[in-house]
Amino acid sequence: MSAPPVLELRAVTKYYGEREVLGGIDLSVEEGCAVALIGSSGSGKSTLLRCVDLLEEIDDGDIYLDGAPITDPGTDPIPIRRRLGLVFQAYNLFPHKSVIENVVLGAVRAQGMPHEQALVAGHALLERFGLAGRERDYPDRLSGGQQQRVAIVRALMTKPRALLLDEVTSALDPELVGEVLGIIAELKRDGMTMLIATHEMTFAREFADEVCYLDGGKIVERGRPEQIFSEPEHPATRRFLARLLQGARG
Amino acid sequence: MHATPTTRAAREQARRQRARKSIAVSATATAVVIVGVALAIVFSPGWRTVRETYLSWHYFKQVLPSLPGGFWLDVRIFLIVEVVVLALGLAIALIRTMRAPVLYPVRVVAAVFVDVMRGVPLLILLYLFAFGLSALGFSFIPGSYTILGAAALACCYSAYVSEVFRAGIQSVHPSQPAAGLALGLTRTQTLRHVVLPQAVRAVVPPLLNDFIGLTKDVALVSILGPQEIARIAQINADLYFNYTPYVAAAAFYLVITLPLIRIVDRMRSRGLERQNALVLM
Repeated sequence: MSAPPVLELRAVTKYYGEREVLGGIDLSVEEGCAVALIGSSGSGKSTLLRCVDLLEEIDDGDIYLDGAPITDPGTDPIPIRRRLGLVFQAYNLFPHKSVIENVVLGAVRAQGMPHEQALVAGHALLERFGLAGRERDYPDRLSGGQQQRVAIVRALMTKPRALLLDEVTSALDPELVGEVLGIIAELKRDGMTMLIATHEMTFAREFADEVCYLDGGKIVERGRPEQIFSEPEHPATRRFLARLLQGARG
Repeated sequence: MHATPTTRAAREQARRQRARKSIAVSATATAVVIVGVALAIVFSPGWRTVRETYLSWHYFKQVLPSLPGGFWLDVRIFLIVEVVVLALGLAIALIRTMRAPVLYPVRVVAAVFVDVMRGVPLLILLYLFAFGLSALGFSFIPGSYTILGAAALACCYSAYVSEVFRAGIQSVHPSQPAAGLALGLTRTQTLRHVVLPQAVRAVVPPLLNDFIGLTKDVALVSILGPQEIARIAQINADLYFNYTPYVAAAAFYLVITLPLIRIVDRMRSRGLERQNALVLM
């Protein structure tokens, strides 16, 4: 029997009060694969990622990590979060900590890595992603692209089973998007498993093994990126892509 | 395009001229106001009486040696109460922000404590602590009115300071604890390493403001009897039927409060600058 998918969602449902924000999402991300969630704002992409990282409780359905359920009531979320890496749209770096302190905090406090070892690992990762020499800087001294790269390094420090990327390029100036995309491409080549919420269509087209189009908390269409982008079947997907293309031209 | 050397020099000269002019105007205006106020006071009908009653050099010299001892008591009360207030205030703020169900009764006690301490005049708190507590007759309650008065001060200011800390904790954007939790930190670790450092930084100016209030309110302990500086000034004023001792005591307070006030102002304006810089970014 083959290994279970790294992440699997079955009929995941989430309400905010009376409003259904996720309506029975089925999804699986195999080892080394990247699944892109596309859709307009409010379609539930970010909520889905927050639910997978157990920052939000789901109301129905199940989420499995490496075949084991993580959303049973009573499951301690902390060890689960330690096995996942979440990167936020607005970076969410800790403003009172330097770059290196941001990077080692999780490894040292959550994973119990010795401080010296965390520093070495942190330096190595920062260097690899073009941030050598910025260790002592505070986040407000960095550009948006640099901050987001630090945030990615921070998430990688805990050696996650899967990376959850929540609109990681949408807060960036257009000319800075590339430097973050480059890192994602590199991680993909290294075989990192990723679940990506994005507005950035090049992102979805180039890295994703599967693209899911979310509308109103439901996956209305899914497929390989070339299929979704060239011949979308669902009218909602077509409208969404047409709007995006218009926006890109205008 | 570059400005030619001549226009640049001309601009600089104009700028210097403007600067000189504004300095001259502000200096003149200040001098006029100070001289005006001084003249108004000196030529007021009651100036002779005021000078003798409040600003008598004779009584000033007479009372001065007795003041430092009293002021030292104020300083000691202030320092000890301050440490207690910081610890107790932070503890109350933490209790009130934590959501653990087991802490519910403690949260209720903390909330009631804060409400009562903020809702009752400090003067009445002092009487209640000093005479009410000692009337309970427990042997562990100290008999010293200085200590009981300091305890009343500490409770009152802890209530205010806990609200300052709580506001600081709540001012940290929820995305910050979310980032901490996403790293796999526990709630306590997130509070300790992510939320609290940012919260405390945010509330340093209002905290210092409360400290300034506390330095002055220490004088209220004297209604219970301890001879701190305000009390000594009062005794001397009654003795000589002259208010100069109060002015002398006020000068002692200013030595401590003025630097604190300046520091708070500096921090406020620096914080504002930083905020504006962030908005511009």
